[in-house]
Amino acid sequence: MNLESKYLGYNLRSPFVLSASPIATNIDNLKRLDQHGIGAVVLHSLFEEQLIDEQFELEYHLTHGTDSFAEATSYFPNYDEFRLGPDEYLEHIRKVKAAINCPVIASLNGTSIGGWTNYAKNMQDAGADALELNIYNIPTDPNLPSAQIEDTYIRILQEVKKVINIPVAVKLSPFFTNMASMAKKFDEAGANGLVLFNRFYQPDIDLNTYSVEPKVTFSTSADNRLELRWIAILKNQIKANLAATGGIHTASDAIKMLLAGANVVQLFATLAKNGLDYLLVLNKELIGFMEEKGYNSVEEMVGVFSQKNLPNPGAYERAQYMHALSNYQLKL
Amino acid sequence: MAEKKFLTIDGNEAAAYVAYRLSEVIAIYPITPSSNMGEYADEWASKGIKNIWGTVPTVYEMQSEGGAAGAVHGSLQAGALTTTFTASQGLLLKIPNMYKIAGELTPTVFNITARTIATHALSIFGDHSDINAARQTGFAMIAAANPQEVMDFEAICWASTLRSRIPFMNFFDGFRTSHEIQKIEVIPNEVLKEMIPDELVEENRKRAMNPEKPFLRGTAQNPDVFFQNRETINTIYNACPAIVQEQMDKFAKLTGRQYKLYEYIGAEDAEYVAVIMASGGDVIRSTVDYLIKNFGEKVGVLIVRLYRPFSLETFINSLPKTTKKIAVLDRTKEPGASGEPLYLDVVDAMFRAFQNGTAPFEKMPIIVGGRYGLSSKEFTPAMAKAIFDNLKQDKPKDNFVVGINEDILNTSLEVDSKFNIESDQVFRSIFWGLGSDGTVGANKNSIKIIGENTDNYCQGYFEYDSKKSGSITISHLRFGPELIRLPYKVSHSNFVACHQTVFLEKYNVLKSIVDGGVFLLNTPLPVNEIWDSLPKSQQETIINKKVKFYAIDAQTVAEKSGMGRRINTIMQTCFFAISGVLPKEQAIEEIKKSIVKTYGKKGESIVKMNLEAVDSTLANLFEVPVPAVANANWDTFPPMSKNTPEWIARVEGAILGGYGDDVPVSAFPVDGTWPSGTAKYEKRNIALEIPTWDENLCIQCGKCALVCPHATIRIKSYDPKLLENAPATFKHTKTSDKEYAGEVYTIQIAPEDCTGCGVCVEACPVVDKKDPSRKALNMAPQPPLRANERDNWDFFLSIPEKDRNTIKTTSVRQQQMQLPLFEFSGACPGCGETPYVKMVSQLFGDRALVANATGCSSIYGANLPTTPWTKNADGRGPAWNNSLFEDNAEFGLGMRLAVDKQNEIALQLLPLFANEVGNDLINDIVNAKQITEAEINAQRDRVQIVKDKLANINTPEAKRFKMVADYLVKKSVWIIGGDGWAYDIGYGGLDHVLASGKNVNIMVLDTEVYSNTGGQMSKSSPIGAIAKFAAGGKPTNKKDLGLMAMNYGNVYVASIAFGANDNHALKAIVEAEAYEGPSIIIAYSHCIAHGIDMSHPLKNQKALVDSGQWLLYRYNPDLKAENKNPLQLDSKAPKIPVAQYMDMEIRYKMLSKINPEAYKELYKQAQTFAEDRYKYYQYLAARDNF
Repeated sequence: MNLESKYLGYNLRSPFVLSASPIATNIDNLKRLDQHGIGAVVLHSLFEEQLIDEQFELEYHLTHGTDSFAEATSYFPNYDEFRLGPDEYLEHIRKVKAAINCPVIASLNGTSIGGWTNYAKNMQDAGADALELNIYNIPTDPNLPSAQIEDTYIRILQEVKKVINIPVAVKLSPFFTNMASMAKKFDEAGANGLVLFNRFYQPDIDLNTYSVEPKVTFSTSADNRLELRWIAILKNQIKANLAATGGIHTASDAIKMLLAGANVVQLFATLAKNGLDYLLVLNKELIGFMEEKGYNSVEEMVGVFSQKNLPNPGAYERAQYMHALSNYQLKL
Repeated sequence: MAEKKFLTIDGNEAAAYVAYRLSEVIAIYPITPSSNMGEYADEWASKGIKNIWGTVPTVYEMQSEGGAAGAVHGSLQAGALTTTFTASQGLLLKIPNMYKIAGELTPTVFNITARTIATHALSIFGDHSDINAARQTGFAMIAAANPQEVMDFEAICWASTLRSRIPFMNFFDGFRTSHEIQKIEVIPNEVLKEMIPDELVEENRKRAMNPEKPFLRGTAQNPDVFFQNRETINTIYNACPAIVQEQMDKFAKLTGRQYKLYEYIGAEDAEYVAVIMASGGDVIRSTVDYLIKNFGEKVGVLIVRLYRPFSLETFINSLPKTTKKIAVLDRTKEPGASGEPLYLDVVDAMFRAFQNGTAPFEKMPIIVGGRYGLSSKEFTPAMAKAIFDNLKQDKPKDNFVVGINEDILNTSLEVDSKFNIESDQVFRSIFWGLGSDGTVGANKNSIKIIGENTDNYCQGYFEYDSKKSGSITISHLRFGPELIRLPYKVSHSNFVACHQTVFLEKYNVLKSIVDGGVFLLNTPLPVNEIWDSLPKSQQETIINKKVKFYAIDAQTVAEKSGMGRRINTIMQTCFFAISGVLPKEQAIEEIKKSIVKTYGKKGESIVKMNLEAVDSTLANLFEVPVPAVANANWDTFPPMSKNTPEWIARVEGAILGGYGDDVPVSAFPVDGTWPSGTAKYEKRNIALEIPTWDENLCIQCGKCALVCPHATIRIKSYDPKLLENAPATFKHTKTSDKEYAGEVYTIQIAPEDCTGCGVCVEACPVVDKKDPSRKALNMAPQPPLRANERDNWDFFLSIPEKDRNTIKTTSVRQQQMQLPLFEFSGACPGCGETPYVKMVSQLFGDRALVANATGCSSIYGANLPTTPWTKNADGRGPAWNNSLFEDNAEFGLGMRLAVDKQNEIALQLLPLFANEVGNDLINDIVNAKQITEAEINAQRDRVQIVKDKLANINTPEAKRFKMVADYLVKKSVWIIGGDGWAYDIGYGGLDHVLASGKNVNIMVLDTEVYSNTGGQMSKSSPIGAIAKFAAGGKPTNKKDLGLMAMNYGNVYVASIAFGANDNHALKAIVEAEAYEGPSIIIAYSHCIAHGIDMSHPLKNQKALVDSGQWLLYRYNPDLKAENKNPLQLDSKAPKIPVAQYMDMEIRYKMLSKINPEAYKELYKQAQTFAEDRYKYYQYLAARDNF
């Protein structure tokens, strides 16, 4: 069975791709996934914000309380250098590249234009096969016009594209007024792939401690409908490849994404919950499905259910919503 | 001659630089002020820096200085070139081994930062009492006067020791030289190789122990031969001085720097000569130069370099033949001796020269001796001049002191404080800063900039506070075209910077400024308000001396640049911009270069932030117009409260105001006794913000008071009638505790004593349901609250304390109403030790004797000026003492023996007074159960009745009884110290005391490092933690002290962490004290050395315990009698990974930035260790056969 999938200019041996996640921090995990035939791996994100915070944290603690008291003019040994900034991450890219065969996609979450371009270049130089830009931003300023935010997003991509020549995918949130227009703008700005969608860890209120705390919950299959819709809508309308991410837990989930138009599906929660060997099950079930339905290759499946291919394109639009809602009401 | 290379370093680094390059093994142990040398060596070894023979020396930390000396001895005997670093008590602990090392003629060099030995008080500062206590060991001794000499003499010592076979001590003045930064010429490796040819090393190695060619050393000898054998070394010692001079001459050929064993500087025809060694020599030589140049005086100084072996002949021949009078200066005191050691050497040399007929003088010179500079007391040119002035008298004072006012026997020399030798070629500056604002760091950086980028020589010396919170620093910087031999504080400054306005209120910061000098003030005020903010005397100085006055709002610039409270870069930029020490543009460029160099390793963001701050500084610095007349109606005010008792105000007030040097000898007690409880008179006002209490939200849990490190939050529940005269803003609410029904409740903050750490706010469990950002305690700016809260605090203190019999010590909420008898200490803001100390003082303080090991707790507990251990309204409180670092458990045990003996005597005598007292009362006293507070108070009442009844009976027995009657009331002996003491240096004694079965309570304040000396590794340090001497993360597990103590079976053992479970901590402390045998409490104490947020340390403690890295347990041997397992594991099974906790603290997390592989590996091992340990304790707590 030919599971090959085209993504970011590579012929991947499988449509399953490891999503940016803590799984990638451990090279042994990546080696296992590689042995199990994963298509590509996206490394955990490098957060520029976190790097800066760490620098400030280190600086604060290494100077706090120093030169204040005659007997203890410092509290830590003096080091000539620290592996700060992206050094550790870049070292990780090098090590991962040396350890596995499938393409390695570095992931970057920046806060400044300078940060985006510097780190992107560093990642390319460290050997990353492609880059996934995770543009994660929650605008809260009521005076900031949407257009300006959208322009910033596009500018980030353009700047990054200027300094590197490896393919670039953009991981997006679904919260744009006109998702299709945004996708097109990214496409025109040179995005080689769009990863739909970024899943925000939403805050929660803890009623015991009376405090707001970040709540980390794994996605469920129900979470993947949004991306299913947009993948189907965008398929064939833009040149960029599409990757589905979030809520893909079973082979059925993955198959639906491929049928909707995703070139690859990204996995995290299901591997975290079921173990890395679960990839073998997913592979097996995908092959089983293809055999049953008579597909010879993944390529044949991709986009079968895209909006353009459907006799009733409204299925992915508002009409479908009204239909669904009325059915729901009937059940009451 | 090799090309000259300069470094701008301090004396410690200068010594370590050469010692490291000439050693193969280095055994170390931290002790101020020598710790830095070991730290440098450890740092260089961890970076792989090699010695001159291409190997990285092995640096090994031992458990004590004695241990380090033993390791040095072993390493030397086994053939490695070995060194060590120490001072003070550390040198004393090495003495037994030094006799052996010298007796076996083993070449080595010990590096000593000469420091005061503790007598009536401890002092970390410099004098020669330690090296003089080791002068009889057989070590040769060389004294260096400044960092350049320290480095040079280190090489000369090594060259001499290997040739003479006599071990050497290279000593220099603690702090004055060890911590003084100077630009010095570095000895290149080639020179070191020339000085130490390989043949010498080979010969040394051949003498080492080696099973290939075995022999014995260290035999035991008998009366028949020991004496003869001991006399064999005489020729070797006789040859030593010449060898040293030879090496000094060789060194001169290689470097151009010539030294003499006894170096005379002065007039060729001098009649008046001072003899001195170490840094004082530089003071006198500079003064002599000045006196000759300006007044043609016939004066000179003979600087003693080689102190042992003392070469009588060379010494005498080094003096000018014209010498008529000699003053010998000793920086030590030997009570009871006929003179101090150097004086006696000189007298002896002179006497023998005359006796042998070899004296070159016409007549026997008059020789007088004097003491100066004890404990780093300033020694200035004015004092040097006073010494010559004394010699010029017909009858010069002998056995004099200089630099203090000795007003009992009037032995002090009169000093003309206006005498000044500073030349205009030298630029002099003083900076007043806060420890936390980065002033010292900035100045060190400025010195490097000038040292490395100009031909100027430079000097930096830094004064620190004895408090660890809100501490003041004063930096003294000099720059000039020649080597600066002025080892005393700047007294005539061209530039004065005041980095915090609060200093203006307390100190005359402009005292030393010269005419036309520059004054820089950091102030948040706008330009038109600045002048009015100055006190009168300082306004007058500015006007009279035509001072140029500049100002900047550095705080705002810092905040805008993201630098928080650190104004270092900003003030440094101002200094260079207006001082004129370098051309402005060049200076700014150099600062920027230096920022890139200094901060580059810490990341681009830090560099950017600092560079932005430089630019922003230049835009915000301005000159302040100076009016013609002073208009202020206030002046610097005394830092003590109005109701301070006279003696405390006079003595401690002077110290606090910066006039401690002026306090005369007669003001002091003769035996080191100091009054308790004087900290309350010092009003420091260091908090920017203080907590405010919301009485409506408060649930009266008492946690805020418990965690307060400085006892500045107090709780009282009292009769509402007492509110009658309460100030209008005094807060109160109904007491919720049903046992105190009908009372009112107040939580009061001491606004002027609070350090603003904020831990109380973290501890407060309440969240305002209407505004979750608020708690029952909220921080608010202190200045607007100060006046009202001061009145409220005074009123609060006037409310009587609750009857202690009605306070349950089983619940935090009631227990925290007990009066703390440990308050307002000098501990760090947010300190993790003091809450335990305070709790002990609350629970048992009125009947406690405390033995306190040297360390943080002895320093914040008793470093002058003021004392935090205090007493209650009845005048009772903890009786406190600090003996040493290493002997604290034994010290405490001794107290117990004395208490028990006096109790025994009282019990023995009591029945003699059956007629006066009555048998019933006697029986009640003898059989009294004294476990609870109420029972003990009842006994105290009984004893009082007896004392009253015997008041007028004065038979010898009655007198004896009355002296010991108080010992019938149970006394609580506490042995308190840190982990450095308990796990390392004092462990032998601690173990002995645990085994004694005696009723003592040991409190180990476990910060897992040597906190007081700057965070060196102890055996308590956990695996993976970075500490000094464990730069790569500690590779081994923490020692399980509790488990070792439990093995005795009859020791009460508890492991507590107040931030994780305060009730557990309280329960353990109460149980430990009640246990009639030895108790040990291992108390987790978060620390500034952990790299944590000190305003939120409790979350770290919670995670620590939740992860299983720290276990809460109690082992109570009394439970065995109830057939219960004595061990109660109070920790629940670990619920978070150890890594999650470890990543919360820089001491662990930083390893990921240094060595990610080691980080992962050590984290893994830490997890395994925590899991295994929990399982083992679980097993121990569950087993039936205990």
